[in-house]
Amino acid sequence: MKNKLIVNFSPHLHKDESVSKIMWMVVLSLLPVGAAGVFIFGLSALRVILLGVVSAVAAEGILQGITKRKITVFDGSAIITGLLLAYNLPPKVPFWFPIIGSFFAIAIGKQIFGGLGQNIFNPALVGRVFLMASWPKYMTTFIAPQNYDAVTSATPLALLKEGKLLEKFSYLDLFLGKRGGCIGEVCILALILGAVFLLLKGYISWHIPVTYIATTGVFAYIFGLKGLFTGDWLFHILTGGLILGAFFMATDYVTSPLTRKGQIIFGIGCGLITAIIRLWGGYPEGASYAILMMNAATPIIDRFTRNRIYGAR
Amino acid sequence: MKKYFQEFFKGIIRENPTFVLVLGLCPTLAVSLSVINGIGMGIAATFVLLGSNVIISLIRNIVPDRIRIPCFIVVIATFVTIVEMTMKAYSPVLDRALGIYVPLIVVNCIVLGRAEAYAQKAAVLNSFFDGLGMGIGFTLALILISAIREFLGAGKILGHTLIKGFTPAFMFSMPSGALLVIGLLLGFFNLLKERK
Repeated sequence: MKNKLIVNFSPHLHKDESVSKIMWMVVLSLLPVGAAGVFIFGLSALRVILLGVVSAVAAEGILQGITKRKITVFDGSAIITGLLLAYNLPPKVPFWFPIIGSFFAIAIGKQIFGGLGQNIFNPALVGRVFLMASWPKYMTTFIAPQNYDAVTSATPLALLKEGKLLEKFSYLDLFLGKRGGCIGEVCILALILGAVFLLLKGYISWHIPVTYIATTGVFAYIFGLKGLFTGDWLFHILTGGLILGAFFMATDYVTSPLTRKGQIIFGIGCGLITAIIRLWGGYPEGASYAILMMNAATPIIDRFTRNRIYGAR
Repeated sequence: MKKYFQEFFKGIIRENPTFVLVLGLCPTLAVSLSVINGIGMGIAATFVLLGSNVIISLIRNIVPDRIRIPCFIVVIATFVTIVEMTMKAYSPVLDRALGIYVPLIVVNCIVLGRAEAYAQKAAVLNSFFDGLGMGIGFTLALILISAIREFLGAGKILGHTLIKGFTPAFMFSMPSGALLVIGLLLGFFNLLKERK
């Protein structure tokens, strides 16, 4: 007779959730962002998104086939990686750009470590940083939004860095995505929509995103251009990849701390690094580097914020 | 004769200093930017290895055990100085490209490692072939790494463009690219070893 006693980790609650269901929900929550990106930047954005997703799924299948692991291309995680990578790219990049990025993200960011759940860095960000380090020219060539009448080519943060932020963006424009930028980072409204869905469903908790965004905002406010406590904090929150990163990439289950306390430390760390890179660093935007650095710190955070077992000292 | 061949060939594959012993990674990371640098560094290190192995093997019975490391360093430094001066005189371009990493061969772990682990205990001829094999193994590893990095990072091999229209990935010219390439190659060679 087979042993029927199943020993498993706590909590011993059964819920109608599975990894792949949550992944598909995240995909669903990301769709409005993509739609907004395509609406703002035109069909070239759609091409980038499709190529990114298809090649991420292909890369996952090919690599799992080569390494003779179970092929799990339909659990949605590769699709998320492809989507997030494409959202982190400018809308007009050469066709091979999202393909190479997705392959690198899946191969080096994920499968090398052993697949879903084993990776230490967020795969999509690994792909993005690889592309940024390899072909900075394509990664920083932005186009103007097409369905609005604004004419901008650089991102607001890049203009700020170069000291060329002459015409002030209105907060409403920034909120709706009327600016140059990456496909998925411009339309804050769509991002918030997806994020609220995930928060209400309980798939992500508020701890990382809220502390992350708040820390960046506070820091930007304290160290303003005209002196202490004069910074334009709302501008810093609404521009760059902060919202996309905070809600959809910093909250990745695999690469962020497990406990609430750890998540708060993680969020504050991300916020600090993002603000420091933006204010004094060499790049105009630092969200992706901030999240990757804190990913590296996650095991340490987890070690020092372990929950006390009830009854133990 | 067969014994010497064994000493020679073990450094190339079975005990390759870069991929099996994982020694001397700092110069490997730093100079593997282009194949020509890799070859230059490899030859320089091979010459030093050869010389230091032979001399240390010759003096192995008269050096007191307690001060052996300083003695080895003096021997190694002598050969490094020869290499450095020769390079400055005959190939200033390479000298500039390799920079500080030529004098740093003095503290290269392969050279000291072979002196400590092999030459101070072995006969002269054995040490000669050990040094030669290790040096060539190091050179081949450098050539492999730098060929991958030069091709991916600059789109060239030995300064010649191979594929027209290929946009090189600049990251492979940076330190992060070196770490990535070496890590992947190490994993690949370990995989081959496991399969065997």
